[in-house]
Amino acid sequence: MMKHTLGGAAVVLLLLAAAYAAFFIAPTDIKQGLVYRILFLHVSSAWTGLTAFFICFVANLMYVWRRTPRWDWLGISAAEVGLAFTTVVLVTGPIWAHPVWGIWWTWDARLTSTFVLWLLYVSYLLLRTLVEEPDRRALFSALFGIFAFIDVPLVFGSIRWWRTQHPQPIVMGEPGSGLDPTMWSVLRFSWLAMLGLMTLLLLARYRLEAMRGDLEILRREGEAA
Amino acid sequence: MSLLSNAAVLLGKELRTEFRSRELLTTTVVFILVIIVLFSFTFDPTSVESRRFAASLLWLAFLFAASLMLQPCFLREQNNDTLSALRLSVTDPFSIFVAKLVANTLFLLLTELLMLPVFSILFNVPVFPVIGQLVLVLFLGSLGVSIAGTALSAISAQARMRELLLPLLLLPLLAPVLVASTQVTVGLLDTTPFMEWKGIGFLVIFDAVFLTALWLFGEYLLEE
Repeated sequence: MMKHTLGGAAVVLLLLAAAYAAFFIAPTDIKQGLVYRILFLHVSSAWTGLTAFFICFVANLMYVWRRTPRWDWLGISAAEVGLAFTTVVLVTGPIWAHPVWGIWWTWDARLTSTFVLWLLYVSYLLLRTLVEEPDRRALFSALFGIFAFIDVPLVFGSIRWWRTQHPQPIVMGEPGSGLDPTMWSVLRFSWLAMLGLMTLLLLARYRLEAMRGDLEILRREGEAA
Repeated sequence: MSLLSNAAVLLGKELRTEFRSRELLTTTVVFILVIIVLFSFTFDPTSVESRRFAASLLWLAFLFAASLMLQPCFLREQNNDTLSALRLSVTDPFSIFVAKLVANTLFLLLTELLMLPVFSILFNVPVFPVIGQLVLVLFLGSLGVSIAGTALSAISAQARMRELLLPLLLLPLLAPVLVASTQVTVGLLDTTPFMEWKGIGFLVIFDAVFLTALWLFGEYLLEE
């Protein structure tokens, strides 16, 4: 218990430090002014969400291979946490876009593929609620998770080739675009803080799922007895 | 090759089952007709600008129809309790998928080809000058839909709310197929038709990626 409290406190401190850096250390953008500072939350959440989905993918593969419930618990936890971070991305995006682009939403490659990604993992969670038998639920959701993850680059590729007509990405974009070095450091630090938060959420969610699994076994034993 | 000979026998079974009743084909054709008519209520289908949307409507109609058409694929086996027998009858479970996805591709392609002249007349879009290229993109698109759809219908057949679940799982997964096929079809239905080979290449990649995934993981989908 002590370990969890300490971990939680460390992550809170990290997040506070990242917020301080985002508001006070990173310089103000010449063109966008203050509003750009949402980037530190938006981009770091996006990277963290993708990290969580990647963990989910690995857990799905491991479950299909090993068939131990632990990988299933990790898979569902990572999918939910990834979905939470992706939701943050989808909410903070329009908040930034409205003052800067003048519109809340545009069907650009990144936005659209993030939206499709979000939908895919919502479907993943829904699928889990609709299959009763635990082993089958674990296996089917793992397989769907694998299909969904390999679909992501295809979604991004298709939309980027045919449906994009606008702003070049600042991070990992064309040469000539790019962030101020201080902004970069703050962004990387924000990502680190977000990864800390992700780990914390993932562990808590995993413990919950493990308890649920144990409870289900106990209940079935009780029914059999 | 036991895989191919097994698949050929199973394909024969799929085709016989369907052509005895023709339930799936008739229902899907009527369903596409209903969608096309409904589209015409929401805007004027003969105006010049609606030509630009013709390809998108066509693919949306096909995609919705496919998500319903793929439902019985494994459900039929489930209801008749024939899945275990099917598994026991083949050496490689992948051949079950090959048979089913080839059958589904054929059914989809057949309904699409039946609907194409109707669509051409109702929406005033000439399709016959580019029919060869259209068949190519219809084939590659339907193949992609069938590969992903056959895999997912094995999942949805064993879940609750399966009629809703299959489209829910399938349609977001098929976003790349919809984008690429629509782009190619838009080019083909243009007043000066052109072939977008990039889209064809993309569809080939999609089909190959998902076929490989199905080959690797398909057998787990059929576990009892």
